[in-house]
Amino acid sequence: MSNEALLIGLAGILATAAPIVFATLGETLTERSGVINLSVNGTILLSAMASFAVAVATGSLLFGFLTGMLVGAAVALVVAGFSISLRQSQVAVGFVLTLMCRDLAYFLGNPFMGLSGPRLPALAVPFLEDIPVLGPLFFRQDLLTYLSFVLIFATWAWIFRTRPGLSLVSVGERPAAAYVRGLRVNRMRYLYTIVGGALIGLAGPAFSLSVKAGWKGTISGLDGYGWIALAITIFGGWNPIRAAFGAYLFVFLQWLGLVLQPSLPGVPSQVLQVAPFPLMILALLLVNIGNTDWVERTLAALPDSTRLLISRVLRSLRASPPAALGTPFEQE
Amino acid sequence: MRPRVALSGAALRLGAVLLALLFTTGVLLVADAPPLEAYRQIVVGSLGSVKKITDVLVAWVPLVLATSGLLVTFAAGLWNIGIEGQITLGAIFATGALRLTLESGLPPALAIGIAVLAGILGGAIWALLAGLLKAYGGVNEIFGGLGLNFVAVALNVWLIFGPWGRPGVASMSGTEPFPDFYALPALAGLRLSPWALLVAVGGFALVFFLLQGTYFGLRLKAVGKNPRAAFVLGIPTIRYTLLAFVLCGGLGGAAGAVQVTAVYHRLIPAISSGYGYLGLMVAMLVNYQPLWMPLVAFFFVALNIGSIQLPIVLKLDSSLAGVLQGALVLFVLAVEGVRQRMRRSAAKMAE
Repeated sequence: MSNEALLIGLAGILATAAPIVFATLGETLTERSGVINLSVNGTILLSAMASFAVAVATGSLLFGFLTGMLVGAAVALVVAGFSISLRQSQVAVGFVLTLMCRDLAYFLGNPFMGLSGPRLPALAVPFLEDIPVLGPLFFRQDLLTYLSFVLIFATWAWIFRTRPGLSLVSVGERPAAAYVRGLRVNRMRYLYTIVGGALIGLAGPAFSLSVKAGWKGTISGLDGYGWIALAITIFGGWNPIRAAFGAYLFVFLQWLGLVLQPSLPGVPSQVLQVAPFPLMILALLLVNIGNTDWVERTLAALPDSTRLLISRVLRSLRASPPAALGTPFEQE
Repeated sequence: MRPRVALSGAALRLGAVLLALLFTTGVLLVADAPPLEAYRQIVVGSLGSVKKITDVLVAWVPLVLATSGLLVTFAAGLWNIGIEGQITLGAIFATGALRLTLESGLPPALAIGIAVLAGILGGAIWALLAGLLKAYGGVNEIFGGLGLNFVAVALNVWLIFGPWGRPGVASMSGTEPFPDFYALPALAGLRLSPWALLVAVGGFALVFFLLQGTYFGLRLKAVGKNPRAAFVLGIPTIRYTLLAFVLCGGLGGAAGAVQVTAVYHRLIPAISSGYGYLGLMVAMLVNYQPLWMPLVAFFFVALNIGSIQLPIVLKLDSSLAGVLQGALVLFVLAVEGVRQRMRRSAAKMAE
């Protein structure tokens, strides 16, 4: 493969990963506050359909993107209401919503199937686009991809470098302690679930108005990305930068599958498309296995030098969820 | 507050059903479709004739099997989302067994029996994988299961297009159909096989008895309610967790085997037909208790079968069934949440 083709391929990966990055960042923010929003897969489908429909009807890309974010925020509000105010299982509510939003998308999107709609144009950054290698890679993308770059670092900085971010982490880790210090735990959880939901919702139009422009119902090829985003959130250890790395890695592996396709004629494309999933399980295994008791027990029996090496590797991979993830908080 | 708190559960559930219908009617109006005609089509399409009712029963079999399995994992406090993959693996193993016996010349009845057992084995293995990932790898069963679902689909598609493909014309329509005598016999002129029905009833009876009438079921529920306490009381929690997975996977695998031996007579790409995910919703709707499950499952598949009419008659997408099912579960959860909230505030006022 020529250098040029490789560069175009890699630039394509950065653009293709943008929706997954949005969804992963949104879920990371949500889960940092202690709420699991399991509706991601359905939310993305519904917001992709709704934003495409609005963009077609109004001819405005901006309205399309806003619709996507609004849908995401609305679904997230339902998740928050059920789990925080009505104290129902977050997993149950999220799962039902993920299926229902998918079916709503297919049902309501029926009249818009196969229509041609607007598509976000590429927008090269003057001067920067001429830098060798970096220019074509980073600065000849569309607005959305630039936004994804910015949001990765913005979310990271928000969580780890600001005061409100510190409050957010404390609400997800020790809600009771945060409450005693004067934070309104449940109100913050509502807020971050809705903001996170809006980001997840942005993934929809990022697909239907850019990366996979259009709406084709069940064959839109969007079903499944939400589940990937959820897995990447864990893989990313609830850290935006590590999560973004996971998203790029995932898309890179899918791209690799497509590139390798011609040299593996016996393997149907559907199989290569899912090749990242077993690797995802493996990744989750590596991230989590350091937290289990039996690994600690087994390690204790090993000679010092080996034990230190293995535990260092495991520790560098390990990630623990926010301590209060998935548990309701009752203010007395 | 008091009299409102005393509202009976049945009345509240009825309210939830009405709210769900109201919501779905709203969705139909948004889509500019005639709601009453749409509902009429669903009813006629599912219960309009004996043939339609038996078609609903054909779909009822895998749903009841999958949901029965899920009641076991839910009792153990597990969210076995991997059920879809377990159904698929059951279908794959059953097909594999039939292919092997096809050449050996075994009597068909024996071959089908072996195929169903192989399906149970396949589903159980896939579930055990998710269980091991959870118990020894610390991987949450939701994500382990989801990953395994995708792998199962890939494996299935690869088999259909690759090694088991129809010679020359491997396609999404599935593998070469098995000869007629390799199918579970159906009622004359219908698609329903009484044998498949028997498998479903048997699976449900097994789970009902296990959960309601045995010491094993009691201990399983203890593990589900509070694993730490159960462990301290001497219940081997990891073994019970794995057993719950294996039982559920086995029942899911049986559902897949029935799909192959009684419904499609071959392996197709979407062999699980979403019955696993639907089963999760049914289990939620019956609050994870077995008693009313078969009835609710019948209602759910009736919606599915009935909505097949929608694209034909009204040019609507058949996914309306999923919207109504989702709305039902959502509103039942909402009503339950409101009731608990009122009870809490009533208790607070009494203090």
